Amino acid sequence: MGETKNILIVGVGGQGTILASRVLSNVLQKIGLEVKVSEIHGMAQRGGSVVTQVRYGQKVASPIIPEGQADIILAFEKLEALRWLTYLKEEGIILINDQRIDPMPVIIGAMEYPDALDNIRQRTRNVLVIDALKAAQEAGNVKTVNIVLLGLLAKFMNIDQDVWLETIEETVPSKFLQANLKAFKAGLATTENLNLNKN
Amino acid sequence: MKKLLTGNEAIARGAWEAGVTVCTAYPGTPSTEITENAALYNEIYAEWSPNEKVALEVGLGAAIGGARALVAMKHVGVNVAADPLFTLSYTGINAGLVLVSADDPGMHSSQNEQDNRHFGKAAKIPILEPSDSQEAKEFTKIAFELSETFDTPVILRITTRVAHSQSLVELEPRQEIHLRKYEKNIQKYVMMPGFARPRHKVVEARLEKLKEYAESFPFNRMELRRPEIGIIASGVVYQYVRESLPDASTLKLALTYPLPRKLLEEFASKVETLYVIEELDPFIEEQLKAWGIKVHGKDTFPVVGEILPEIIKQKLGPLFGEENPKTKVQDPCASFPNVPVRPPVMCPGCPHRGVFYVLQKLKLTVTGDIGCYTLGAQAPLNAIDTTICMGASIGAAIGMEKARGKEFARQLVAVIGDSTFIHSGITGLIDAVYNKATTTVIILDNRTTAMTGHQDNPVNGRTIKGETTKEVDLPLLAKAAGVNRVVEVDPFDLAKLETTIKEELAAEEPSVIISKRQCALLAKNFDTPCQVITAECIGCLRCMKIGCPCIIKEGKKVRINATQCVGCNLCASVCPSGAIRKEGAANG
Ligand SMILES: Cc1ncc(C[n+]2csc(CCOP(=O)(O)OP(=O)(O)O)c2C)c(N)n1
Ligand code: SF4
Repeated sequence: MGETKNILIVGVGGQGTILASRVLSNVLQKIGLEVKVSEIHGMAQRGGSVVTQVRYGQKVASPIIPEGQADIILAFEKLEALRWLTYLKEEGIILINDQRIDPMPVIIGAMEYPDALDNIRQRTRNVLVIDALKAAQEAGNVKTVNIVLLGLLAKFMNIDQDVWLETIEETVPSKFLQANLKAFKAGLATTENLNLNKN
Repeated sequence: MKKLLTGNEAIARGAWEAGVTVCTAYPGTPSTEITENAALYNEIYAEWSPNEKVALEVGLGAAIGGARALVAMKHVGVNVAADPLFTLSYTGINAGLVLVSADDPGMHSSQNEQDNRHFGKAAKIPILEPSDSQEAKEFTKIAFELSETFDTPVILRITTRVAHSQSLVELEPRQEIHLRKYEKNIQKYVMMPGFARPRHKVVEARLEKLKEYAESFPFNRMELRRPEIGIIASGVVYQYVRESLPDASTLKLALTYPLPRKLLEEFASKVETLYVIEELDPFIEEQLKAWGIKVHGKDTFPVVGEILPEIIKQKLGPLFGEENPKTKVQDPCASFPNVPVRPPVMCPGCPHRGVFYVLQKLKLTVTGDIGCYTLGAQAPLNAIDTTICMGASIGAAIGMEKARGKEFARQLVAVIGDSTFIHSGITGLIDAVYNKATTTVIILDNRTTAMTGHQDNPVNGRTIKGETTKEVDLPLLAKAAGVNRVVEVDPFDLAKLETTIKEELAAEEPSVIISKRQCALLAKNFDTPCQVITAECIGCLRCMKIGCPCIIKEGKKVRINATQCVGCNLCASVCPSGAIRKEGAANG
């Protein structure tokens, strides 16, 4: 891993993106890489758009991912996936949770919720969409959507599963550990792959 | 051991390692977590002060009293604390005092993007600017050393990207610092003219010494690479420069006030073209120009907003033979005009919502303030006319009344949160009474400082360390200020709220309405979500006027998103046909 790799995690305030990025960055640190993470969470709990930038490699200077440089975008919500798509590298991968959360302009009828997935597929090939809410329900706790998505991300990262599991254990409260471990494995076991989702 | 820390966590750690025993602050993004983390150390007394001025005063008391003190605030907080700051520069300290100013270029969560380096220059005190978490910790410790060596408060200036980015930090043990001796010294600490005049000379002499010291300050670092282009940068921008232009010669400034003239001149002489890349104002650039050093800065880079790595690459990359990257700098929305923005909204169940619904319904002019309730300015509530700074709502209402008369004041209210009222609303209220205005003030008492992440405050009776303490009695406080008409209402009782507001507006004297209900993210007193009985919905869309993110228009009628709804019933109380009920009552 000579060059700096970039992962952008995007979603809506309250979806748990911050916990997911915390696990991710600790995993990267554990395997001996330099990590820098930038989180803009001024109004995170009020349902605004949230984004976390994770950069890693042998040496990382800036904590910010330049536009067009993300190797992977992990999107917790479809519209946010579309919003941040310009950050994806040409050959980058975008992993999307098939969830729709209407923003205020849509709720009050001033704008339409666009066909996000269609828009994205027209612009990039490497798209994978999963229903993380369903997977989380099946894992026993609807609040583990973020960890399901983290499992999905892990599938594309080639890091030993045990490191992930150990880090989750260290990060989430023990009360919710079992559900989170199950959720992670569910995400990791996603069978769909990128090209199936091509239009 | 190395640990991944945010800049804010690193500053708290640095303070702990530096032997700090007192940490004071008023919350404000992006500074809040410094104090939250400092409070976790047993060795540190930490407090949420009522405002930044008090925070700095408590800090300076501690420092004069002999203990190292850290005081943290967001950039606009320094405006509030400026009065003690400027004179503290004259008195100097005893044990070290470091003021963290967390600036917010790009205004991720602020009402302006002022550049607080000007404060250092105006108050003649040194400024250190770390570029990542490791430096945030190190510079905190250095700041205490400088503070004690030069007998001056020191500003540690960070920006949002330093405060909220995580990077690896080497942890070190705490240095036990003994309480310094306190000796009465009125020539130094009583700043009346006769004593202040000689102290001003001390300040000027100190500044000269600091200038000399800056020349050899080891953290101002010249990195010579290709000689064609030289770049001067500090803070996170230095990291952007390293990333975007790895071949450029760079002068990294850690101490950005006072500036090292000789070092800068030397660097300028070693490169063909010189740039200063600094976010916000041309602070370094202007000084260089005053010294006659030829430099580019704001002729190339923006004064407004952040200077992100793409901007640097786009502007200077071509000078290094890179082809101009086709960057569509920043705004991702611009490339997809059909992507609706996602502004923050008041949470489902928010106690502020009902108040703004009524204010909008009554078509009042509303002078607003800063907090979660500022969101009441947005569609569909559209219920706020002004928001300037913390505490301004009450003064602004008084001013409008004095300008436009009492008749106008019958349609005018000031709204202010509990924390904001304590911060700087009390004096405004006293003005209303003293100067015979008829202002109606609504205090939105949600029992917390919600906007910045639910810090405890003097109104809710809990300290930052989680101890219980005496609560401010708001009605009694208002009465003591001379307000005769003080009413408490539950903001979920819309009918009562409306009649109360009307009554108080009609009264020819100041009144205070306390809208009291705990923030929905803290109170878990609702549970069953509401439901729209579609057959009974008449499609009037009145419920959509409350601006709840759970109510979604479907065809001509509405639906409630049950996964988000907390069942506060506010929508049910505005529905004229009783079509909104709790689940389970559906078949009734
Ligand atoms: C001088 C200053 N200090 C701090 C802030 C950051 N800040 C914005 S609103 C707010 C407090 C809000 O609390 P409250 O008034 O109780 O309203 P709530 O968010 O709870 O509705 C703070 C600390 C600021 N904008 N200006
Ligand atoms: S955090 Fe509390 S006060 Fe702020 S919008 Fe949410 S419910 Fe309202």
